[in-house]
Amino acid sequence: MGTLWFCLVAMMITVYVVLDGFDLGAGAIHLLVAKTDEERRQVLASIGPVWDGNEVWLIAAGGTLYFAFPALYASGFSGFYLPLMIVLWLLILRGISIEFRNHIISRVWDPLWDFLFSASSLLLTVFFGAALANVVRGVPLDSTGYFFEPLWTDLRLGEQTGILDWYTILVGVLALLALVMHGALWVQMKTTGAVNQRSAMFAANAWWGVLILTAMVTTITFKIQSQVKENFVTWPWGLIFPFLAIAGIVGVRFELVKRDERKAFFASCAYLMGMLTSVVFGLYPLVLPARDPVYSLTISSAKAADYGLKVGLVWWTFGILLVIGYFTHTYRSLAGKVAVAEHKAHSSPEIA
Amino acid sequence: MEHALGVHRLHFAFTITFHYIFPQLTMGLALLIVYLKTKALRTNDEHYNRATRFWARIFGINFAVGVVTGIPMEFQFGTNWAAFSRAAGGVIGQTLAMEGVFSFFLESTFLGLLLFGEKKLGRMGHWWAAFLVWLGSWLSGYFIVATNAWMQYPTGHRVDSHGQIELANFWQLVVNRWVLWEYAHTMLGAVQTGCFVMAAVGAFYLLTKRHESYGRTFVKSGVLVGVVAAILQLFPTGDEQGKLIADHQPVTLAAMEGLFESQKGAPVALIGQPDLQKRRLDNPIEIPNMLSFLTYREWKANVRGLDAFPQDQWPDMVPLLYFAYHVMVGLGTIFIAVMVLAALMLWRGKLYVSGWMLWALMVCVPLPYIANTAGWMTAELGRQPWLIYGLMRTAHGVSPQVGAGNAWFTLIGFMGLYTVLGILWLFLVYREIEDGPEPDEVLQRQPAVTEAAG
Repeated sequence: MGTLWFCLVAMMITVYVVLDGFDLGAGAIHLLVAKTDEERRQVLASIGPVWDGNEVWLIAAGGTLYFAFPALYASGFSGFYLPLMIVLWLLILRGISIEFRNHIISRVWDPLWDFLFSASSLLLTVFFGAALANVVRGVPLDSTGYFFEPLWTDLRLGEQTGILDWYTILVGVLALLALVMHGALWVQMKTTGAVNQRSAMFAANAWWGVLILTAMVTTITFKIQSQVKENFVTWPWGLIFPFLAIAGIVGVRFELVKRDERKAFFASCAYLMGMLTSVVFGLYPLVLPARDPVYSLTISSAKAADYGLKVGLVWWTFGILLVIGYFTHTYRSLAGKVAVAEHKAHSSPEIA
Repeated sequence: MEHALGVHRLHFAFTITFHYIFPQLTMGLALLIVYLKTKALRTNDEHYNRATRFWARIFGINFAVGVVTGIPMEFQFGTNWAAFSRAAGGVIGQTLAMEGVFSFFLESTFLGLLLFGEKKLGRMGHWWAAFLVWLGSWLSGYFIVATNAWMQYPTGHRVDSHGQIELANFWQLVVNRWVLWEYAHTMLGAVQTGCFVMAAVGAFYLLTKRHESYGRTFVKSGVLVGVVAAILQLFPTGDEQGKLIADHQPVTLAAMEGLFESQKGAPVALIGQPDLQKRRLDNPIEIPNMLSFLTYREWKANVRGLDAFPQDQWPDMVPLLYFAYHVMVGLGTIFIAVMVLAALMLWRGKLYVSGWMLWALMVCVPLPYIANTAGWMTAELGRQPWLIYGLMRTAHGVSPQVGAGNAWFTLIGFMGLYTVLGILWLFLVYREIEDGPEPDEVLQRQPAVTEAAG
């Protein structure tokens, strides 16, 4: 039961990264791929109807993590107190930037929100990457089952780590580049004209960075977290996850050259899924490794009682089927390129 | 530790109080929007569709702020109240996760369709979008109230040998006496906020002689729904909640009422200041025997005062609890008076031309917000010193490793951010009200004029 929920939570987080990942990435490059007001509204229109629903995956994954692994939720969230609070502030700024921007047409109003939207999106990708890296690297959990990390100490990997050290920053940069690529491929797929061309260029350039950093981070990760190597040696079938990531990253280049915008985006989805599933597979059965392995939180030490997990499975399955229904319908009805109507305050583009 | 505890409590209190400004309006408005859409379907009058579009825009602004200020609430259970989450996450995580899976996805999907999909969906489809947004927001309210109800009246759980609280009976957690009454009472409060806001905007239009056809619709809708909600708020929902508190949290009842001494034929204090040193109410104006009657339906029944309980069981902020409760009840009574009077004048056909009544409706607009906040303060302060009533003390629920310094840092951050957010929100909502709905008498070229002006 614990392992099943471990997989389900991992799945929800993966869906979150793949879906919200493209609108975060689109945000990070917003100021650079779109120069005029009309172009910026193109970018915003491409994510406008879906970003909020995508972000709900974060909240739903958080809630699911809470009831399935309460001890992990408690230790992880209180230990990562400062970065999580900063993430919350960034999510707030980003949310209102998207929602408030088009209420007023003004030379001071729009650029302000464009800037905040882009800056908060960019920082969020870095923080999410660094957070994941913290989990992989391990945290100073002690016998009480809690820890607290400052934002940074000396940026080195040692006894007194902070949230940010060179490894977590490196993963943060990888997350930024990967989501820039992902977002650029989304924007390319949804837009026409200059925005389309600039985002294609962004995706192609970010690709090299993603390739190099992926190789680097993977090598370092095997050194830092011994569990990863152990798992791949014990269960070699797990290599399909890294293969999915490799197929994805190769696929992105291949489809970019062929100029198949849809397939390039889907290849990028495969890359992200492959990377995240590889990490999750590599950590199993740890959910939060400790510096001293005795105190590591595992599936069995962090999970809730079986009755709750069984009941949860019933409503969760039912709920997620509904969600799949909503998402399929929404994305279908929004298929194709976005059309941007003439800018009018107080009105929003009709769904075509 | 003691010091950090206070900051963590203030942290949650501040963020939840600010957050609840928004859902109380959107939950109430969602119902009124369904009402307006139903009118549009039944009368075939485009007026109601335009009215809905206007309110949907205001709904959208409030919803956006509600969403972004809501995410910190879920996170804070883990960040600031880790010991509580570790012990009870297996129970309350259920309802919180259900909120995400069942309500937030529903709301975010159909709000998009409500705001942007009117042409595509057609008349019936758009009504369904409004209905599902209402359903999503009310489901969300249910899961949150169920979570709170469990903390007030824990049931359906088991405590294992390690002190871990686990779920033992799902249906007892999700459906029980406490959650049903608390939910009804909470939602009626939200409906009253929606009604007072709608009626106030209507009154503002009528008094300033703009958008008068809408002014009449808004005043009428707000008053018709509002009068029902105001009465149900007191009876039976408020009354039943009072009885539940008398049964399960008797010390809370004593503190709310400022009843220091147990007595037969206990009075209800209308006014008075609790004096903790002298253990009495200063300057009281009381109705004799009333509390005994309200609680037990007997004029001379014995009601236990604070003296019947050891002081470490008392809610730790008796005066604030007492005032929160009295503000809530006092305002609730005023709402009934205002709404009943307005409804009578509506029935007699005098409401739209009665300047003073429209003024009254307009200036009442902040009051339901205050009453809802005071109501939640009553519930939460009344639960003290417990985090989970009878199971876990608030002091034992905080994150052991998050100190006062870090908690102050983030609290101050939220205060600054929310101040800016509050100003922007008022500004944008005011602009929508100032611009008003699309005019009823469709003037040729009207849209082009506004476009050019923009």
